[in-house]
Amino acid sequence: MSVDEKTVRRIAHLARIAVTDAEVPHLQGELNAILSFVEQLNEVDVEGVEPMTSVTPMIMKKREDGVTDGGYADKIVQNAPATEDNFFLVPKVIE
Amino acid sequence: MAGTCPAMTLKQRSSPVTELTHLTIAEARDGLKAKSFSASELAKAHIAAIEKARALNAYVLETPEKALAMAKASDDRIAKGEGGALEGIPLGIKDLFCTDGTTTTAGSKILGNFHPPYESTVTRNLWNDGAVMLGKLNLDEFAMGSSNETSAFGPVVSPWRREGSNVGAGTSGAIEGNHLVPGGSSGGSAAAVAAHLCLGATATDTGGSIRQPAAFTGTVGIKPTYGRVSRWGTVAFASSLDQAGPIARTVRDAAIMLRSMAGPDAKDTTCADLPVPDFEAAISRGVKGLKIGIPKEYRVDGMSPEIEQLWHQGAEWLRAAGAEVVEVSLPHTKYALPAYYIVAPAEASSNLARYDGVRYGLRENGKDIVDLYEKTRAAGFGREVKRRIMIGTYVLSAGYYDAYYVRAQKLRTLIKRDFEEVYAQGVHAILTPATPSAAFGIGEKGSGDPVEMYLNDIFTVTVNMAGLPGIAVPAGLDSQGLPLGLQLIGRAFDEETLFATAQAIEDAAGRIKLPQAWWA
Repeated sequence: MSVDEKTVRRIAHLARIAVTDAEVPHLQGELNAILSFVEQLNEVDVEGVEPMTSVTPMIMKKREDGVTDGGYADKIVQNAPATEDNFFLVPKVIE
Repeated sequence: MAGTCPAMTLKQRSSPVTELTHLTIAEARDGLKAKSFSASELAKAHIAAIEKARALNAYVLETPEKALAMAKASDDRIAKGEGGALEGIPLGIKDLFCTDGTTTTAGSKILGNFHPPYESTVTRNLWNDGAVMLGKLNLDEFAMGSSNETSAFGPVVSPWRREGSNVGAGTSGAIEGNHLVPGGSSGGSAAAVAAHLCLGATATDTGGSIRQPAAFTGTVGIKPTYGRVSRWGTVAFASSLDQAGPIARTVRDAAIMLRSMAGPDAKDTTCADLPVPDFEAAISRGVKGLKIGIPKEYRVDGMSPEIEQLWHQGAEWLRAAGAEVVEVSLPHTKYALPAYYIVAPAEASSNLARYDGVRYGLRENGKDIVDLYEKTRAAGFGREVKRRIMIGTYVLSAGYYDAYYVRAQKLRTLIKRDFEEVYAQGVHAILTPATPSAAFGIGEKGSGDPVEMYLNDIFTVTVNMAGLPGIAVPAGLDSQGLPLGLQLIGRAFDEETLFATAQAIEDAAGRIKLPQAWWA
């Protein structure tokens, strides 16, 4: 499995990382090096094997569905680049 | 250490500053209790040593005022006869742990000037036990790397040098010559412990990031069982692989630190509700009656003969100490590294989606929201991080998810099963090399092919993939005078046996002689 330039740009867009034209060939080479390294996993017969979903077998912890935290919006927004009235400000989202 | 005039005893020593920084945690703990010195003196000695060692770039942030305030509070508690398990002990904190009110960078530009308004559970546990924070330690960006060369704040210089090397302190304060890497991602932590810039350090391990740098620097590092330590407040790389653990100069010190770091946490649902054993008590158990496995698949092509020899030596030491040593098989070993380089980047692509310039950190302006995201992330992430996010995005994308991610997760089940079957045969721990080589020079690996750097983790990733505990312990020096470590892999939640076995190795190998300060 290898990726072409079009795929590299598509992946970059999915990952929301801007890539310049100049960067694409190099990235393509690096990604293909990694992809060819992982090819060997196809050698293994995984028929009937369950994917690992829980590293350490445990029952998921649950708690009462109640409010136990919060009430400090100012702390939550204090690191933001742009805020107003405890909202995070961003450029236009919807046309 | 207790004397009638402890202050006079201290002044009689030729260089009291050096003395205090060369203690172990256990010795410092005893010295503080005996009032041979104060926590404030201990902190001051370390602050001075750190100032002289800036060229190593182990600390990204020094917090001397905080350290002195915490040390004073420790002295007040000690005077009252109170005090926790780590009272007054000065530690360095890998800059992946969120520390309340103190910048946390994850070794990246993208977090900007982020000051967490909360404390990670691990560091909260340490402060509750009285430890003192000296500063935040350098790391590979977002814990992705094996040499501390990907940090946005520059590489860390290992305090170790090859015999006859040209590395030395330059006149301008920088280090001259082709210095060595301390390993990664916890390079700052390992370098600081080895260079006597803290008594111990916190670190994290996703594919080997505690054990590999510990092995490269002649220190002890343990990655506990997945779920032994809370991940709350620790910047996430790969959530099913990450575990925090200590790096220290002795097995006893690592056991002391882990006991404080570990424990149940309601805020982390993957953290097990198990009481924390007294790890320090376990180190003197010995290995009589234990069965140690030597996995044949860890004998890889091109393995350094010195490392192979040390591995045999380790087995002999354990035999001499009363353990039974047997050959075992872990058939899917070779697939752990490629499977890891699917699972870890996939989880990272998800975890790092939050760095979008909206709620914290760096923001690059964009004409609309997508443009803001793309420009911010392009500017804020380094090359290795971008590479891993993109691989992760690809293997999770429609059409490829089954072929890559699901298949890699199935390999994980097989890798874990290999270990379970060996343990079911009565094996208590598995002995392997920690790394395929000693520490290499900066720039020597990975510039052409990223996979070359990934091969550093070949002996360590299996342990994260299976969720088991693993410890690296110094076992000797190579022909160039560089440390080599051995790794022990244990049963789930049986860190006690790992500590006991590692202690047997430390007893046989002897305490490694750490480098004297050549960098000042």
